Parts: sequence; structure tokens; C-alpha cells
Amino acid sequence: MSDILSMSRRDFLKSGAVAGAGLILGFSLPAAAQQPGKKRMPYYPNAFLHIGRDNAVTVFVNKSEMGQGVYTAIPMLIAEELDCDWGKVRAVPAPVAEIYANPMSGKQMTGGSTSVRTEWERMRKVGAAARSMLVSAAAKRAGVAPSSCRTSGGKVILPGGKSIEYGAVAEAAALLPVPPEPVLKAPSSFTLLGKPLRRLDTPVKVNGSALFGIDTKLPGLLVALVARGPVYGGTVRSFDATKARAVPGVVAVVKIDTGVAVVAKGYWAAKRGRDVLEIDWDDGARAGLSTGKMRTAYAVLSKSPGTIARNDGGAEAALAASPNRVNAQYDLPYLAHADLEPLNCTVDLRRDSCEIWAGTQGQTLCRDLAASLTGLPPEKVKVHTTYLGGGFGRRGNPHQDFVTMAVQVAREIRKPVKVIWTREDDMRGGYYRPLWHARMSGGFDEKGRVIAWRHRIVGQSIMKGTFNEKSRIKNGVDLSSVEGAQQVPYEIPNLLVDLHSPEPGMPVQWWRSVGHSHTGFEVESFIDELAQVAGKDPYQFRRGLLSNHPRHLGVLDLAARKAGWGEKLPGGRGRGIAVFESYGSYVCQVADVTLKPDGRVRVDRVVCAVDCGMTVNPSIIEAQMQGGIVFGLSAALYGAITLENGRVQQDNFNDYPVLRMDEMPKVEVHIVESREKPGGIGETAVPPIAPAVTNAIFAATGRRVRQLPIYNIEPGSFNVILNA
Amino acid sequence: MIPIKVNGKAYELDVPADMPLLWVIRDELGLTGTKYGCGSALCGACTVHVDGRAVRSCVTPVSAVAGKEVVTIEGLSSPGMHPVQQAWIEEDVPQCGYCQPGQIMSAVALLAVNPHPSDADIEQAMAGNICRCGTYQRIKGAIHRAAGKVAAEPGRPAGRKP
Repeated sequence: MSDILSMSRRDFLKSGAVAGAGLILGFSLPAAAQQPGKKRMPYYPNAFLHIGRDNAVTVFVNKSEMGQGVYTAIPMLIAEELDCDWGKVRAVPAPVAEIYANPMSGKQMTGGSTSVRTEWERMRKVGAAARSMLVSAAAKRAGVAPSSCRTSGGKVILPGGKSIEYGAVAEAAALLPVPPEPVLKAPSSFTLLGKPLRRLDTPVKVNGSALFGIDTKLPGLLVALVARGPVYGGTVRSFDATKARAVPGVVAVVKIDTGVAVVAKGYWAAKRGRDVLEIDWDDGARAGLSTGKMRTAYAVLSKSPGTIARNDGGAEAALAASPNRVNAQYDLPYLAHADLEPLNCTVDLRRDSCEIWAGTQGQTLCRDLAASLTGLPPEKVKVHTTYLGGGFGRRGNPHQDFVTMAVQVAREIRKPVKVIWTREDDMRGGYYRPLWHARMSGGFDEKGRVIAWRHRIVGQSIMKGTFNEKSRIKNGVDLSSVEGAQQVPYEIPNLLVDLHSPEPGMPVQWWRSVGHSHTGFEVESFIDELAQVAGKDPYQFRRGLLSNHPRHLGVLDLAARKAGWGEKLPGGRGRGIAVFESYGSYVCQVADVTLKPDGRVRVDRVVCAVDCGMTVNPSIIEAQMQGGIVFGLSAALYGAITLENGRVQQDNFNDYPVLRMDEMPKVEVHIVESREKPGGIGETAVPPIAPAVTNAIFAATGRRVRQLPIYNIEPGSFNVILNA
Repeated sequence: MIPIKVNGKAYELDVPADMPLLWVIRDELGLTGTKYGCGSALCGACTVHVDGRAVRSCVTPVSAVAGKEVVTIEGLSSPGMHPVQQAWIEEDVPQCGYCQPGQIMSAVALLAVNPHPSDADIEQAMAGNICRCGTYQRIKGAIHRAAGKVAAEPGRPAGRKP
């Protein structure tokens, strides 16, 4: 992965001068002239940065803002090198163009906690090149040497102390050659990076003016809801739309691939129309699916060897020879993303163009799909990225199912249309975190040292059939299925990780932290079980197996110290620990739980230490740690999508509960100071929280939770049973 | 025709009596700050004030608010100047931001009747508002920061229990 991250880009910085428009800086392709039509912000394909005569600094962000703070982080990278006035910086979404692609996938998309990692240098170069050009232009005007000038707060400061604002020389700068290799600041002279600046998108998010996909407005815009079968992939045998068409406000009822769309003047009419639609469904091949049966089948499969993902020494022989073996099995359910903004997409399809408004994490996929569905060339498809009301991977769906559906409806009615999924549509609409089963074995030698570790994983491949298949499936192993297990850091001489990838046919996809979301639980639960068998303190036991892993040790020690590890706790309380690396960042969490009289647990406090290398914005890092903990804790306590007869049993937040404020633990975040390369931050807090909590439950109760969620939710009710 | 008053402006609307207030606000009046999240009063994203009380507009039929005073996030103040919105900015609360208008409306309603809420009061009052991004800790901080700065809205004297 680091090879991909560090690969040299073939792009070259280019500047463009547009009459009266200041300095534009982008990469590679010549900056095209302003597009015709009246727009408040001119459209510059390929631009990353624009400096106006009014000193306004506009950053075209090639990533989707879904809460992770990228509309602040990317501008900070540019502003650091540019030395501009931070108060004059604003972020706008970039259009779709090759230059905006994520070097990890070759597509313009946001995911895999890659934004800062891939843009850390590239965006700083944009800022540094612009700064150098502005200095040259100002020096020329003043008749001094560029080397005698310095920059600060959006001004070039000349020898003697006079200064010239960037805006005043922006156009002159645009005519100068672009430095091919602009010099970057040393981290020791950073003035913005590493500072807890407030997010640029907060003001619009507190006054209701931030526009999400669902807020898209167009003249004559219609709203459609699509009725889909009770079983994923079911098809329409026949339907009767007489009653639906009679609902006031309904303007059309049309059949598309996946169901029947009711198109109306607004959401409520479409909903009422859909409620009275009569459809005869062919449930199709998934009608027999049941998660209970799948779990049983997966457990059976886990008895036989799978495809090897890692094999150090000879784990089987070492286990056979071990005088003290430990075995455990872990079960994790399908999970929905449950973004708070239900999926939606707006399409305006004309004879020779297609415009799409979507909160998407995958702009290139979105554009190419629309092109193939409409027969238009990709350049005739324009994608407007809105704010995303949560992403968590769902809006990066490899098939952009929510976009496809809207384009299909638009193709039928040829009028601007917004397709909205109800919460129930969203919950039952497929593409879940896979259901996983893991069988683990460990062996000690006579002296009590861990000499063998076997981790066998059973679950669906996410990458198969996607654009990532070639890069992410190697020798029959979907690397995302075993990530975090394959890289288990514990220093054990005989170590085997193998994988079964059954194909029950449920649509699955990445869910915040992807494979780490299950391997984190398995690895960090099992190491705790080994510590218990060894009769050792779980923190010290981990330390002993991580002597060559300084960054793991760093967060482990920091979290343990800050949490007061080793203190004696009152009865009914327990403390658990978990440490995990993902996306190039290291996280340790210590969770405190209290057993409540009703048998449930309360997570009181989580101390979280993170080493994500050099930091861009510690306030955003803290927020992502808190958020990842809430997201992971929601899943750990409650999250489960279950199937009976192919039907998803959950449909809303009553039977797919998520953490609420009254259950929020007090989260303390401690960031390790580091000069290492930046790591990802959006996902990395998720994997350790489930095992930290279940290990704490063990400490409090002596019972191991090996099946998630911790509570068994009865469909349709709030009744809970502790799954221990 | 149903008469309603939203953000101080009077409307006569020709809509079905059972149409949820949420869709009247969003689709008929074009005020999109109030969000759809669940349609079942489970998430709080659609929270608005009716005569100063926080209600879930997704399950409130428009006929039930005829003649009443409705306030949405857009009508809370000149943009972003309400003390609670200011506190949200100072604590840098939002992540994706989708739930925040509902969170803010719930918080304002809480502070109007309980100017200095305890942690437990906040947890109880805000438990109906889901944030999938997990901004709860900062929301709590922002409510404490705004404590004592919220005046009652028309139709609801301050200090009166819900």
C-alpha cells in the first residue's frame, strides 16, 4: 500500500490566466477558459487553487466531505505553504476530471482513509508553487530580488517592511512560469498544520444552509420513490398502478430494473402512491437466505483449511505439539451503514447531457455509470458533489446503486427527478458489512510462551466483482477480508492466517474500517483470552509480544497510563484494553464498563491514544476518534442485520439501534507527537472499541463475549439479552 | 386550505391534512434545513419548534399545527447568530452536519425551559436526536457553553416545564 501512496505522479503543475480572474493553479492539462453561462464561481477544470484579485483563496477539493473534515484538511495543506490569510480561504467541491483521481484507485473517490495520505505532498506543492509565483510577481513589481522577500498572512513582505497583497499580483503571477519542484517547508516551520483550527464548513452546518443531496432544488423537479421487492434482487412479475396513479400529485408510475418507481410532485405524494401500489414479486434466488443458517454453515466451513494469507513457521505442527492450546470462535453480523441522510440522487437527463447531484464518495464511478446507462459520452455527464449526510463507505458503493436507480428513473420520465430512499429502503436495500465467522487457536510451550497462532476467517469477499478486484484479490485471497489479521503484530513464531470466501449472494461492501472491523475484534479478543490463560495482565501480556513494534507500544503505554491501568476498580466495574493498527495509524483504547442491575452494561469512559504520524488538525483527529468510537460502539452493542427467508428483519432505528447521547461514554483522546508520515484518521478508531469493551465486560463479569452484537436485539422491539 | 405560520410568515396551504409538517416545510416552503432521517420520530433530524416546543415534524400532520407558530432552523436567528448556534461554532460540533439542525432545535428548546441543565438533563433531553458521526460529547459541551443565554420563544414562557 505504501508503494501506491508514494508513487510519483506524472502530473505537472500548471497555471492559467483567465482575464480578470486572478491566479489559477492546477495540474497537467491546460487550464481551460471559463465556461459560458453565469455562475458565481467560475468553473476551472483541473484547478486546485484560485486566488482572486480580492485576495479570496478558493480551494477545489477533490474529496467528498462526509464529516471527516476534508474540506478543512485539504485547504490547510495548501494554505500552510501559501502563507495566505486563513480567514480568506474557502473550499468548494471539484468537478469530475482525471486529475482529481485518488492515486490509490485511479478514480476520483473518497475512501480508505486516504485523503491526507495521498494529498499531503501534492497539495502542499500547489500552495508552495503559488507562493513562489506570487513572490516573483511582487518582487518584479517592486524591483527587488525575490529572495529578499518573505510572505505572511496573504502578503508578500518586501525588504524594508512594505507589503503587497496576493490579490494585487495574482494576475501577474499567473503569467509567470510555474516552478517544477517547489520547495516545501520543513515541518518545524509549520504555522497551520498541527493546529486545532475550526472547520470551514461549520457555519453553514449550524444555520441549515449546507446543501446535502436530498436538498437539491431544480425548476420542475419531481420526486420518486422506488418500490423494491422484500428480497434483495427480486423482480417484478406484474404490477397494478391504478390506485397509485389516482393519488393527487402522482405524475407517473414506471418500471425500472429493480422495481417500480412512483414519480410525484413531492415526497409525500410519492410515498402515498407507493403505499398503494400492487406488485407481484418474483423473490428470486435469495429467497431462502437466513443468517442463522449461514452462521451454522460458516462454522462448519471453518473446520477445514482455507486459502493461506500468511504462514510463518509451522503453526499446525506447533499447535499439535503444544501442551496448552486455546480455541475460540467469534461471530459478527451483517451491518448496515445507516447514514443519517438516507440515500438519494437527483438527475437531470437531457437529449445530449446528464447532470447529477449526489452525495457520492465515487465521482468517477458515478459519471461512468451514468454514461453507460444513457449512452452519452462521459464528458457529457456532469457530477455535482453535495455535502454527504454521512458516508461510512455506503456512498462509495462500487456500483453506485443509488445513482443507477435515479438515472434509470430519469431515463423513463425524461424530467428532472430526485429519487429518495426512505429509511426503510435504505436499511433493507442491501450492501452490508459482511457477516463473519472466525476460528482461532493459540498454543503455548512448556515455559508459557505463545508459540502458535492460527486465525481462520470465513466471510464474503467485498472486492470480488468490483473495480478493486485486481488490486485487492491476490492468490485467491481478498486482502480486505484478512486485513489486520494478516498483519497481526504479535511476535509469535508460528503463525497462520487462512480464509474461506463463501458466496451466499448477499450484496456486501466496505463499511467504515472494512476488514479491520472484524479482524480487530477477533485478534484483540483472542490475545486477551491468551493473556487470561497465561495468567498475565492483558496490558503487560501485549507489551511482551510487541517488543519490535514501537508505535504499537507507544499508544499502548500512553493509553494505559492515562487510563490508570492497574488501579483497583469497585465491584461490578471492569476495564479492557485493545490496540490496533489500520490505515497507517496506531490506536489503543481502554474502556471502562459498569454492570447495571438489569444485566446490561454501561460504557463509562474510553481513553484513546492515537499515533497517526504528522497531524494536520488535532481537533478533527479528536472528533474522528470520538466519532469512530461511537460508530464502533453502536455496532458492538446493537448492530445486526439479520435475514429470514431472504428478508431483512430490520427497517429503522427501533430495531437497528445506534448509540444515543445518554449512552455516550466520556472519551479522552491523546495524540502521540510524531514526525512519521501521516496516517489515515477517519476509520482507525473503529476496530479497537468492540474488543476493548468486551474485554472490559470479561474483566467485570468473567464472561467472554464472542458474538456481536453484545446485545441480542429482538426484531421489532427494544428487548435486549446480553450475548455473553 | 390550511393556515400555518412558519418563521413569522403566514401561509395558506392547499395540502392534504395528513401531510407531515416536515414535507410541508421542505417541499412546499422550500426550507431544506429541516432534515428527513427516519420518518418515525426515532432520530430527531426533523425537529422544529411549534409554539416553542420541540416536535418531530416527520410525524406531525400539518393540520395539527394550523394556526400555531412554527420555527425552523432557518428562523432561529439571523443566520447562525443564535447563542446556541454560536456555541456550536465555538465547540466546532458538526461533522457531516446532517443531524445538527435537529440537534440545535432540541437544544434551544431545552435551554428555554432549563437554562442551566445538568449533564443528566442534557442526556435526557437530547436522547431523541441521533448523530451517526458521534458528535455527542461536543454537543454536550456546546449546550453547557450556551447555558443561560437562551430566551424563550413566543408562546412559551421561559422556565415552564415541558
